Amino acid sequence: MELNDLYRDVILDHNRRPRNFGALEPSDASVEGFNPMCGDRLTLRLRLAGDQISDIRFEGQGCAISTASASLMTEAVKGKTRAEALQLFDRVHRLLTDDAAAAEDLGKLAALSGVREYPARVKCASLCWHTLASALRSSNPQVLPAVTTE
Amino acid sequence: MKNIALADRPMGFDVHALRRQFPILSRTIRGKPLAYLDNGASAQRPNAVINAVDDYERHHHANIHRGVHTLSQEATALYEAARDRLVHFINARSRHEIIFVRGTTEAINLVAQSYARPQLKPGDEILITHLEHHANIVPWQMVCEQTGAKLMVAPIDARGEVHVEAVTALMSPRTRLLACAHVSNALGTVLPIRRLIAAAKERGIATLIDGAQAVSHLHVDVQELGCDFYAFSGHKMFGPTGVGVLYGREQLLERMPPWQGGGEMILAVTFAKTTYNGLPNKFEAGTPNISGAIGLGAAVDFLSGLDRDAAHAHESALLEHATAELSKIPQLRIVGTAADKASLVSFYVAGVHPHDLGTILDEDGIAIRTGHHCAMPVMDYFQLPATARASFAFYNTLEEIDRLAAGVERARKLFA
Repeated sequence: MELNDLYRDVILDHNRRPRNFGALEPSDASVEGFNPMCGDRLTLRLRLAGDQISDIRFEGQGCAISTASASLMTEAVKGKTRAEALQLFDRVHRLLTDDAAAAEDLGKLAALSGVREYPARVKCASLCWHTLASALRSSNPQVLPAVTTE
Repeated sequence: MKNIALADRPMGFDVHALRRQFPILSRTIRGKPLAYLDNGASAQRPNAVINAVDDYERHHHANIHRGVHTLSQEATALYEAARDRLVHFINARSRHEIIFVRGTTEAINLVAQSYARPQLKPGDEILITHLEHHANIVPWQMVCEQTGAKLMVAPIDARGEVHVEAVTALMSPRTRLLACAHVSNALGTVLPIRRLIAAAKERGIATLIDGAQAVSHLHVDVQELGCDFYAFSGHKMFGPTGVGVLYGREQLLERMPPWQGGGEMILAVTFAKTTYNGLPNKFEAGTPNISGAIGLGAAVDFLSGLDRDAAHAHESALLEHATAELSKIPQLRIVGTAADKASLVSFYVAGVHPHDLGTILDEDGIAIRTGHHCAMPVMDYFQLPATARASFAFYNTLEEIDRLAAGVERARKLFA
């Protein structure tokens, strides 16, 4: 069944036990993401050591896809530089939207590829990544407006 | 003399014969038979509506109220005949009281801007309830901002019921209008609108009823209700999208200024002065949704041809069955448990986000609505981000509800 391709074990596991979930005080960046279509909300907080993401945590409520995607993302970008994390954002974005995109070297993030068969759910998976990109691209990430998917 | 036709008719309500009149109900989704349980968002169309629109487009289309040529006269006759059907459908007094609009949303905005705005003073009050659809909240917020009036919100209780006393407690000498739903789209609650309208009338407060969710389920008689305005949409009563009706009492509509200016709503235009047309054209500026209105007229005929008591009894059986079957599922909470409910069930399964549930049910061919249902204050009240909502029409079956319950149980196990 195709559903197993969407709700892979990795996704179900990260939805049940999201990693890096909770508050992060103090933080160097705090951004909210909001999907007005479905009401998903998350707050992403980062600590930066120079150019490097030294810690990252998220809070909020959302569907299994959005929760698992945020959980997987925090694992994947912790320790990465801004440029590396933004590069990863581009690759994940392609993975979610482009059938031809390769999933090699993406590790556990490859589990998100099933989402592209469900266009209505792509925003669920990409919300956390857009929120992260907004934080990383900003020069003043403590006072960012909320990111929305619309 | 024996009535053979009557004797041959199957006993009870023949849902399968009825379903055959709705072509979309025989399609498959992802290889499974469609179970369409999203009628609260939009109901499906019977052949009668599809054919009426098709016939108009193929044989009779022209602009209305304009030409002397044959097609224009035919189109005008069909459009105005649809209006007559709606007069009878809700028992309005005359065709002056039936304004064709785009839908319920436009109808409410029309009343907000044309009835309320010119008379509201700072400190005046508009009264709504906590369970309104955004379409019956935002237009009032806008007019309050424009005039300095205040929006008052009557509470609901944990069952999702609106109590008459809770509403009358907020009626004051400054209350100018009570605007409330007939049936809640998010919860299914049928509001005690007869008593609410009576209480408002006693105090000289005008009333607008949002009937979007009611007209497909309940018999609506605006004279018996006694409301000043009643708004509804075509597509939720098996008609086309993009057309709906504002009913207004003629005395009020007469006094209201036009809402939009343009063609159709005028009698004479010079650069010095424009003389407005009479009712209902005064409120129908521009070329209307002609085919939509004709389709809506056909939907009225279709509904009038049904045994609506039997249809209602069938819907009640669907609601009862859905409530019973869903209640058996562990971790499932039904949101909205009013004593008087239309046939829809809003619910939440702990550990299963409604959007995941919606995707999983779609895989089984089952269409439900998931989200906040354009009623975010209701979600806030129940402290939920969203719910899943299965909303039924008379063409749904008990078997479809069994499939729904099985799908929900499967989703629950997947995420457990």
